[in-house]
Amino acid sequence: MKKTMYEKIWDSHLVVDEAGQAPLLYVDRHLMHEVTSPQAFEGLRLSGRKVRNPQSILATMDHCVPTKNRDLPIADPIAKKQIETMAENCRENGLNLYDMKNPNNGVIHVVVPEHGFVHPGMVVVCGDSHTATHGAFGALAFGIGTSEVEHVMATQTLPQKKSKTMQVVVNGELSKYASAKDIALAITGKIGTAGGTGYVIEYTGSAIKDLSMEGRMTLCNMAIEAGARAGLVAPDEKTYEYLKGREFAPSSQYWDQALAYWKSLVSDEGAEFDATITLTAADIAPQVSWGTSPEQVIGVDGCVPAPESFADEIKRKACESALAYMGLKPNTKITDIPVDLVFIGSCTNGRIEDFRIAAQVAKGTKVAKGVIAIAVPGSYHVKQQAEDEGLDKIFIDAGWEWRDPGCSMCLAMNGDELTKGQRSASTSNRNFEGRQGKGGRTHLVSPAMAAAAASAGHFVDIRNL
Amino acid sequence: MEPYKKHESIAALMDRSNVDTDQIIPKQFLKKVERSGFGVHLFHDWRFNDNGTDNEAFELNKPAFKGAKILVAGDNFGCGSSREHAPWAIADYGFNTIISTSYADIFYNNCFKNGILAIKVDKDQLASLMAEINANEGVRFVIDLENQKVITPAGNGFTFDIDPFRKGNLISGLDDIGLTLKHVDKITAYETRHKQTYPWLWV
Ligand code: SF4
Repeated sequence: MKKTMYEKIWDSHLVVDEAGQAPLLYVDRHLMHEVTSPQAFEGLRLSGRKVRNPQSILATMDHCVPTKNRDLPIADPIAKKQIETMAENCRENGLNLYDMKNPNNGVIHVVVPEHGFVHPGMVVVCGDSHTATHGAFGALAFGIGTSEVEHVMATQTLPQKKSKTMQVVVNGELSKYASAKDIALAITGKIGTAGGTGYVIEYTGSAIKDLSMEGRMTLCNMAIEAGARAGLVAPDEKTYEYLKGREFAPSSQYWDQALAYWKSLVSDEGAEFDATITLTAADIAPQVSWGTSPEQVIGVDGCVPAPESFADEIKRKACESALAYMGLKPNTKITDIPVDLVFIGSCTNGRIEDFRIAAQVAKGTKVAKGVIAIAVPGSYHVKQQAEDEGLDKIFIDAGWEWRDPGCSMCLAMNGDELTKGQRSASTSNRNFEGRQGKGGRTHLVSPAMAAAAASAGHFVDIRNL
Repeated sequence: MEPYKKHESIAALMDRSNVDTDQIIPKQFLKKVERSGFGVHLFHDWRFNDNGTDNEAFELNKPAFKGAKILVAGDNFGCGSSREHAPWAIADYGFNTIISTSYADIFYNNCFKNGILAIKVDKDQLASLMAEINANEGVRFVIDLENQKVITPAGNGFTFDIDPFRKGNLISGLDDIGLTLKHVDKITAYETRHKQTYPWLWV
């Protein structure tokens, strides 16, 4: 039988598949951060169980960590407690933790690939919905809940229901300055935040092949925003090249064997998907979200839609309440929307490539009057690399803040946040009400779009720069 | 998880419908790093006055209900958010049995994951249990899960239905993890094969 990549990974990880109970899937890699793990560790302790395979786990601190003045004690006592608990749990269980002071520290989904910890064909979990990021390597990666975190620690398996498969084909060439982020937003705009529910998406087509590994990570990261369980990109030369020589990548002794296996993972020619969606890359303009859901997006050359333009009653209502929250009027040109704060960072767009393109746009400009612009590298390694390339200077000269790594404004748990009514251009992944601070208004964009908005003080069609 | 044994315990009464998880454990307590210790916050906003003293009007604060393991409550218990903190708080407070006509789905599942027997009864059965508690606060009921029976001093007892799989898990004390660990030999065998086929994953 012809199989998709998802089916191949699924089949090779089935430990138990018996009638009357959910199939048990083997888990190769388990990623952790400080917010969703503490109760799982406690549950393990209370039941007298042990972590079955400590080596399968890589942990970091990212959600609550400050992105400046790291030498000072953490001001928020709850955040402090979470950080300390994480350190204690990892010590007690012998887990590899990149704590706040570790040179490998950063946002979990940025750090993990940097060390080659995820390979094609693996099953990867994390108590975090953006685990989908690692699908960029052709690994089945998905988010889980706290009870499941405990389950995986204790058993190295998870009871799972098999998903349906969806193929998203993006062919052709992207226009100048359009990026993986714009593809991701355009897909969410097209199929909606529930469009992928029950599916694992495989992204295919020449535009996907053309993406760098960083771009593929950005794309898969947002599979969850389209409701999918996970996103996948077939491994190819770029994948192998990226992995080679990294700390946890297969050693030279096993490299050829691993490579042969990875090559066998690609979906069989003619394998059937349960659904197929097609987009043309050239049609994808740089995207800007105008509402409070990642499906409420439009090209930068468009206007804020009017509620009446939606035939669907639920969508019309959603538009109405989004516009009220966002303080926007229908038919406003996107390029007329002013911004107060610009954020470049997160596990969606906090990688070196993101800062390179943003620096290219920011170079020689000045942050507009009244605008705050912060650049938060996804990891210390990204930060270092950017500094080696002189990107930090470009940002600082343009009036940006250059910070230490962390989730930061992506979810505003660490003190970096919008105040009520403030409007951001943000390279993160969620524009939910209150996500970046109570009453804060988020517009999701690519790094290049964010950088252009910082100097103009409003959104700009970067294709005209 | 503790195996669920036949027991005789005080039955406390909450004559309210639609008790939601926001009341069971208010959101200000979700930032804790522990799974245990939620019992002291159970029903916090109802249970305590603004100055932190016990609200004597709240039913669970009645001395007669002290030490109750059984909670008899109105329809649609546990509705609202899916937070697993709600059953954690109920179990930590000391309840191991809830009796109601209906529960929210997720809450119902979460109960069994955390060693709580949630018994579904019909309206008349609930009414007679409530009447018996009202007439005699501090009354003790017997819960016999093995035989699926509730026994009361006034003879309002009955037999209840329960999914045999859930029943078995409660009696044996097996949680989801325990169930999976029944297959530990298969997991080990899988790992052995896995190590041979994909040796680079293990070095
Ligand atoms: S950067 Fe944002 S989305 Fe990514 S892990 Fe952190 S909080 Fe979650």
